[in-house]
Amino acid sequence: MFPKVKSPLSFVNAFFEGLGEVSLLCVKTFKSLFKKPWEKGIFIQQLEEIGVRSLPVVSLTAAFGGLVFGLQTYVGFHRYIGPGSESYGGPIISLGLSKELIPILVGLMVTGRVGSAMTAEIGTMRITEQVDALFSLGADPIRYLVVPRTLASFIMLPILTIYGDIIGIAAGFFYNVYMMGVNRVIYIRNTMMYMELWDLFSGLIKAAVFGIIIALIGCWQGLKAEGGAEGVGRATTRTVVIASILILIVNFFLSKALPADIGR
Amino acid sequence: MIRVVDLHKAFGGNKVLRGVNFRLRRGETLVIIGQSGCGKSVLLKHIMGILKPDRGKVFVDDVEITSLREDELHAITRKFGMLFQGTALFDSMTVGENVAFGLERYTDYSREKIKDLVRENLAKVGLRDIENLMPYELSGGMRKRVGLARAIAYKPDIILYDEPSTGIDPIRADAINDLIIRMKKEMNATELIITHDMVSAYKIADRIGMLYEGKIIEVGTPEEIENSKNPIVQQFIHGRAEGPIENW
Repeated sequence: MFPKVKSPLSFVNAFFEGLGEVSLLCVKTFKSLFKKPWEKGIFIQQLEEIGVRSLPVVSLTAAFGGLVFGLQTYVGFHRYIGPGSESYGGPIISLGLSKELIPILVGLMVTGRVGSAMTAEIGTMRITEQVDALFSLGADPIRYLVVPRTLASFIMLPILTIYGDIIGIAAGFFYNVYMMGVNRVIYIRNTMMYMELWDLFSGLIKAAVFGIIIALIGCWQGLKAEGGAEGVGRATTRTVVIASILILIVNFFLSKALPADIGR
Repeated sequence: MIRVVDLHKAFGGNKVLRGVNFRLRRGETLVIIGQSGCGKSVLLKHIMGILKPDRGKVFVDDVEITSLREDELHAITRKFGMLFQGTALFDSMTVGENVAFGLERYTDYSREKIKDLVRENLAKVGLRDIENLMPYELSGGMRKRVGLARAIAYKPDIILYDEPSTGIDPIRADAINDLIIRMKKEMNATELIITHDMVSAYKIADRIGMLYEGKIIEVGTPEEIENSKNPIVQQFIHGRAEGPIENW
């Protein structure tokens, strides 16, 4: 009459089982990177799918992320330090966006747009036996499906992040200088004075790691999908949830592990 | 050519194969019959090396394949062509790209030669000028035939058929049966077919084996199976609801 309640032990089991499966997939993918033949066609197609097609959504999120961040730093400086101090918002906006906000926003947006699509596509291939057909026709499913997606995601996430940094920082600048009347020269001077190249670079390292997470989780869930269309739907949801949570957790630990600044 | 010895496989608590034993000789057509969901497809996937058994061995040309690494299996899968139950055509590729897929991976042929072979193999299954169509534009029978063209394009030694007549009308199913018989003659191939369609089984088999509760319970020529004293075999081949086989 009532649905069975799962014991806490089954969640622990599922966690370690999943961890084992993803680790194994990660090792197999890494090993397959160095084996021929390389699936160049699919790799280029994935570069376009993950990178080029994500540009509109990254543009919008980065622009509004930059605007709202610019708005709050302006309010903060104006309220707590006093009028005239708002130009110090420049380095804070740039630092916050490039090290934290843009890599995370890009990671979450690409998870929703591309990670879920990877699971849906590979999951459908699995339940219609297309993955078995790949194997029977001499194509290793890991090399054919997982490697090109992981590699493309690893390359495109940092590129999308650079693009998002530019849009976001420009949006923050636009809000402060053109909407709130902050002095343009002082805003730029403060930003240049307190920003380091490392701030941008550490954000890119994070983005590359997020790229690997998105592709591996997306492919893993696709390859283990079962139970028809409903099963693929559930796997797609799991990809978005697992990858999003992992991105937020891994981001914290990377922020702790990566040095705050280099050479100061 | 293929020897299956004491094959066991369980998924969770569900024991699907419980000690399957049989032998497929070179040049013969063996049809494995059995109820839906009795593990026939699972058996085929073990023979291809797609699944690993919990226990038991599969020999292909005297090579034991269950212990081979994935890269070593490549040479074994080259010997097989498989027609999947739902055809498993790659829906992101055209018909031509589907048929060319195995040729590109198993041979060193030039693009031109592959193009010619795609045309030639599609013609073998009675299809012309459809290379640029997408799989979703084809009827069920055409999809089966494209699946067969893809499976035979690189001239495998053994052709595996998973429910070749399922999902198509009886006339098209019989046309597929004729194709299976013709493929064997033209390519001198060894064939393993799994089905629950007795009309097909009688028409194409040299021998028929019945899989029941995870084991092959009887193997023989179509006549021997027809005259079997085993009540389970008799119930299945005559499609009766009453008998020792539980029907739900």
